[in-house]
Amino acid sequence: MKYEYKLCEPSWCPGCGNYMIRTALKQALEELEIEPHQVVVSSGIGQAAKMPHYIKVNGFNGLHGRALPPAIGIKMANKDLKVIAESGDGDTYGEGGNHFIHTIRRNIDITHFVHDNQIYGLTKGQSSPTTAMGQETTLQFDGVKVEPLKPLALALTMGAGFVARGFSGDIPHLVEIMKEAINYKGYALVDIFQPCVVWNKVNTFSWYKNRVYHLPEDYDYTDKERAFKKSMEFGDRIPIGIIYKVEKETYGDKLDTIKNGKSLVDRELNPLDAEKLLKIFR
Amino acid sequence: MDFSVLVGGEAGQGMDTFAHLLEKTLTRCGFYVFSHSDYMSRVRGGHNFIQIRFSDRPIYTYNLKVDIVFALNEETVNLHNDKLNNEGIIISDKGIAKDKDIIHLPLIELAKKLKNSRVYPTVGLGAILKYFGLPRDVSKGVIKEEFSDRIAEVNMGALDMGYDLLEQRYNLQSTEGENILINGNQAVGLGAIAAGCKFYCGYPMTPSTGVLNFIAANADEMGIAVDQVEDEVAALNMALGASYAGVRAMTGSSGGGFALMVEALSLAGMIEVPIVLINVQRPGPATGFPTRTEQSDLRFMIHAGHGEFPRMIMALRDTEDAFYQTVRAFNLSEKYQIPVLLVSDQYLADCMTTKPSFDFSKIEIKRYLVEAKDITGEEYKRYKYTDDGISPRLIPGKVPGQVVLVDSDEHDQWGHITESGEIRIKMVDKRMKKFGLLKDEVEEPWLIGDEKPKNLVVCWGSTYGAVKEAVDRLNEEGISVGALVFGDIWPFPTKRLFEMNNFVERIIDVEQNATAQLDSLIREEALIKCSDKILKYDGRPFSGDELYNRLKEVL
Repeated sequence: MKYEYKLCEPSWCPGCGNYMIRTALKQALEELEIEPHQVVVSSGIGQAAKMPHYIKVNGFNGLHGRALPPAIGIKMANKDLKVIAESGDGDTYGEGGNHFIHTIRRNIDITHFVHDNQIYGLTKGQSSPTTAMGQETTLQFDGVKVEPLKPLALALTMGAGFVARGFSGDIPHLVEIMKEAINYKGYALVDIFQPCVVWNKVNTFSWYKNRVYHLPEDYDYTDKERAFKKSMEFGDRIPIGIIYKVEKETYGDKLDTIKNGKSLVDRELNPLDAEKLLKIFR
Repeated sequence: MDFSVLVGGEAGQGMDTFAHLLEKTLTRCGFYVFSHSDYMSRVRGGHNFIQIRFSDRPIYTYNLKVDIVFALNEETVNLHNDKLNNEGIIISDKGIAKDKDIIHLPLIELAKKLKNSRVYPTVGLGAILKYFGLPRDVSKGVIKEEFSDRIAEVNMGALDMGYDLLEQRYNLQSTEGENILINGNQAVGLGAIAAGCKFYCGYPMTPSTGVLNFIAANADEMGIAVDQVEDEVAALNMALGASYAGVRAMTGSSGGGFALMVEALSLAGMIEVPIVLINVQRPGPATGFPTRTEQSDLRFMIHAGHGEFPRMIMALRDTEDAFYQTVRAFNLSEKYQIPVLLVSDQYLADCMTTKPSFDFSKIEIKRYLVEAKDITGEEYKRYKYTDDGISPRLIPGKVPGQVVLVDSDEHDQWGHITESGEIRIKMVDKRMKKFGLLKDEVEEPWLIGDEKPKNLVVCWGSTYGAVKEAVDRLNEEGISVGALVFGDIWPFPTKRLFEMNNFVERIIDVEQNATAQLDSLIREEALIKCSDKILKYDGRPFSGDELYNRLKEVL
């Protein structure tokens, strides 16, 4: 009941991985007992970015590539809100690449779910930053000629404290990762494989299914060197789960204004408080 | 009385400190100060100067002529000796400039006795205080407040050493004043803080950086989150996120940085999230003249952003206006849930002016938010249709069961994406209704000089000071001139212009750009054509004298 799907009809294609990610998100939030009004989903543009429309939640569906800056602004203004950025691989790693890098540097307490289908779906099948070299697309018809971006490895080298990979075809596993990511204090990246049933004929549901494997129970996700190796493991076998997780001081904890006292949004405004600044000018 | 001191040299030679001490001293002695800086886009070296004008009555701009040139290098003498008035003097250390017409003072030698040759401009300050007959204890008071004990000690010693180096020529009567000394960027920052801004972010860009600096410097004390972002794209998106979440948020930049914000400006128009943004203009196109002044972004700001949406643009006329208008911008942006764009420029940003202390008790903060009790019994609609086009604004997270959704796609009343042509029309109409309301909200331009003039000057923003002084002088000579000084400039206020057009014989457009953007706006919005244009686009501001001369040529 709490996280009812909104009545509007998703514009996702039948069989799209986004449905499964939505199911997992709903379940994760319900199991964490977070009320819909306590969460904001910030997103950019693309099919994945339509998430806030299809689940009852506060939403900021902004511009292409710009899911992260509003998410940061929201969290700084109201630290009591759970802030989740949700967007696709093009949105996050292409148009929004700069914001991605600098959000990791900030380590602000937001959760980032990237729906990674390794193709541009909404604009009809061009390569995305995660499309494999050599893959033929509607635009790169003789094959992609640039290296794919490696989101997990990039996040690790930038100092991210929570780096994980999920698969939309393994919902129970994804729910557990999502819950850990949402509870993590700091920036948490979860790159989630999802098939694009129309435009990506290479990375299909079965392609992912045949490759992903769970990290073993005894995997030590605090070991950065090992995490880096795991983040680079991509091919016949691809690990899913929490690749790396350590505690780090968050951005909000470093800013006295945010750390101490009420959320900024709950503070009283009185112009006379600023009058004392006049002494600077006398 | 009306004096000017020009200090010039390389960046890094200490002229900012000299100017700051002199300006503060003059303000505390009850004089009115107007000081503007001319600096290059480099950190060390080059040629920079600051011109400090002061008087016992309010002044609004700088003078072409100066009484003292204080040369920290030889180049200053060569570049500025033609600005000296008949009785003016040039002072310099004897080792720096060797020209025979210069009064050579042993500034560096004396500073060396204090084991800190860097303070030699303060030795010069002591000499200048004596020249004008100004009390040195006021300067010492300033020095004590501004520096650490050790540095203050050296500077006070330097001041004393310099004090008798020049013969006293004037005996200026000082009184204790409660006035303040502030520049345009600081006034905007102070206005934002007074208005309850809780979030400011930006990417440093000259000449807008001062706003970011001022708010950051006071952020901890005032409880404001300040963020230096990766780019201007992030800046406006982040500020919109903060505003959506319920705090008053602001961002700012200059020309090129504002250009990068344009995408998100359109977003602000679509999602109807309030935002205040300042563009401290500098000459363009592209990187242009980074540290100089111009008023050439007006048409760009009016049209910035794809699609059609209401916005308001306020040009800031002087430091006092900048303070109060910034406060007003926050109230109006929340009242109408629109972007309000403030437009300033390098000249206003950097000029230090003496003004009566700002009145904080006059400031009202109006939020226009709705609470739980206002939306009971139904599901909250962020974009509810209303008669005036303004939908009730709820802050997310405050009411259990209610969620707030904003969307950059065309959306229905709940904020959900729609492809319905019918809803599209209703939403466009809803947004544009607010533009109609804004037309009643805009303030008419200030009218200065003759109230029933034969000749009417029109101008906007920071040219106010030069226009005011030029018009006053012409009026004193019996020439019938008045001026309309536009502050609110979009939507364009036309009432006063129409009234005056009934009787004025000539309208002269005065602007700091090459294409007469205000003139074109007047033609477009009021179907009135200016008869003459006085334009300046060398990157330097109009002075009152210069404008007086150019108006004389036209009249």
